[in-house]
Amino acid sequence: MKENMKRLINGIIKENPTFVLMLGMCPTLAVTSSAINGLGMGLSTTVVLIFANLIISLFRKRIPNGVRIPAFIVIVASLVTIVEFLMKAYFQSLSESLGVYIPLIVVNCLILGRAESFASKNGPIASIFDGVGMGLGFTLGLTIIGLIREILGNGSIFDIPVLTDIGFTPIAIFARAPGAFLVLAFLVAGMNIVRKKMDEKGKPLAKPSGCLTGDCANCTSRCENSTVKEEN
Amino acid sequence: MSELLHVSSAPHVRAKTSTSNVMLWVIIALLPTTCFGIYNFGIRALILLVATVLSCVLSETVFNLICKKKNTIGDLSAVVTGMILALNMPVNLPIWEAVIGGVFAIIVVKMLFGGLGQNFMNPALAARCFLLIAFAADMSNFKTTTAGFAGKIYSGATPLAQIRGQGGVIFPYELPNKFSTSSFLDAFLGFTPGTIGETSVLCLLIGLVILVAAKVISLRIPLAYIGTFAVYMFVFGTKAFSWEYVVAQLLTGGLVFGAIFMATDYATTPITRKGQILFGICCGLLTGIFRTIGGSPEGVSYAIILSNLMVPLIEKITIPRAFGLSKKALVKKEVK
Repeated sequence: MKENMKRLINGIIKENPTFVLMLGMCPTLAVTSSAINGLGMGLSTTVVLIFANLIISLFRKRIPNGVRIPAFIVIVASLVTIVEFLMKAYFQSLSESLGVYIPLIVVNCLILGRAESFASKNGPIASIFDGVGMGLGFTLGLTIIGLIREILGNGSIFDIPVLTDIGFTPIAIFARAPGAFLVLAFLVAGMNIVRKKMDEKGKPLAKPSGCLTGDCANCTSRCENSTVKEEN
Repeated sequence: MSELLHVSSAPHVRAKTSTSNVMLWVIIALLPTTCFGIYNFGIRALILLVATVLSCVLSETVFNLICKKKNTIGDLSAVVTGMILALNMPVNLPIWEAVIGGVFAIIVVKMLFGGLGQNFMNPALAARCFLLIAFAADMSNFKTTTAGFAGKIYSGATPLAQIRGQGGVIFPYELPNKFSTSSFLDAFLGFTPGTIGETSVLCLLIGLVILVAAKVISLRIPLAYIGTFAVYMFVFGTKAFSWEYVVAQLLTGGLVFGAIFMATDYATTPITRKGQILFGICCGLLTGIFRTIGGSPEGVSYAIILSNLMVPLIEKITIPRAFGLSKKALVKKEVK
């Protein structure tokens, strides 16, 4: 249980998919024009992620290695269809503003990445916790980006106008596409500063991305493991 | 600074040129159009200019302090960025928006990429584009409320927007439906609405003469830029094969200002001669395309920053051939 809680915290902070692992960048940049959009996108991805992790973990020994990616996609696509219909039924306006990005959760690399690197190698319980942690981390990241972009670009928080009443001219660029890149870049830079400080203190916050997979050949970050491998 | 120094064998050419020296010449070359802008648009233009320059210099200082680096404002490049940015603004832009533009230019476009020489995009132009998207209404509001020292209040659209609005049929600023020499003269001297520094072609040309005489820039980029643009407009313009239309397009908007002061920035343009000409052609083509089929009547800033992005590619295909090397050998070397 302790291990599972650690996994949960890991996903939310230490290996935050948005700021540390840099997974799922497409929805991160595209739908975070407001906080509510970010939150909605994050939560729907979380739901898909938890169930995808669970199902893939249950079937992990039955799925042949050669067709695992198509199999994962079929599972994820079924889940996304369910979520899409549910959102259309109960959150119609949100579903409209998220548009094509809900169906696109199928190919979100966060979900496939976790399926490939975690759920297909671990048991169902651990996979659920990983899904919850990663999903909440993703939601947190998207909501923070959405919040900043909404305040600066629209002068409101969760659609409640707060800054426009006191004569603030919204900086419209933050509500548009370039704003997403700017805000994300500054947040990732901030996260990197924190990480560097923690490293200096001797309490490393997270291993660089890719290390969970043990896939050092395709890893671009310079961590201890990869240098060991190079020397060998 | 890179540790690797390539030192050729003696004799060495010594030159007194330094960054601050070059920047000082640019500032001097900017003075005519700056003074004219203040004369034409009034004291608010000066306030805007001072605010933008201060914001640029202060943000560079603060950035260097935070990063514990040597303060680099002595090279005057922040002052130049601030001046060019201010001259790219309409006179009624709120001061705080201008200050944000300065901060964006220096911190995001220049310092975060490593300071002067490392920036891949002209800081002033990138900041102008940032402001254009961020405060679209304020950045395209060219109406003045108070008369400048020239005693003129501008209430209409810029001549460029007028040409666009009338389908390119006529130039005449303030004299609709008729071609008039006085409107050409006004546009040449600068008595038209527009951003603070772009209106007076005459003052900009004085600046060009200063820059070329001081050997700060060569004529390659401005000529290639304006020449390509003129040819494009003559052939593909909204009103093709009309000299009036081409001259009107040349005299209005930020074309001349951009070609002289922004497309010639050292850090963001090719260093090879062929490359510079190619870069000018790129700018000219893009400006022409943006002005004819783009969403807004002006396209100089976007054209130049897009061409800035192409500079590494342009330099790659224009590597000069070393003496004694055949073309084949060069290609082989490239492949290796």
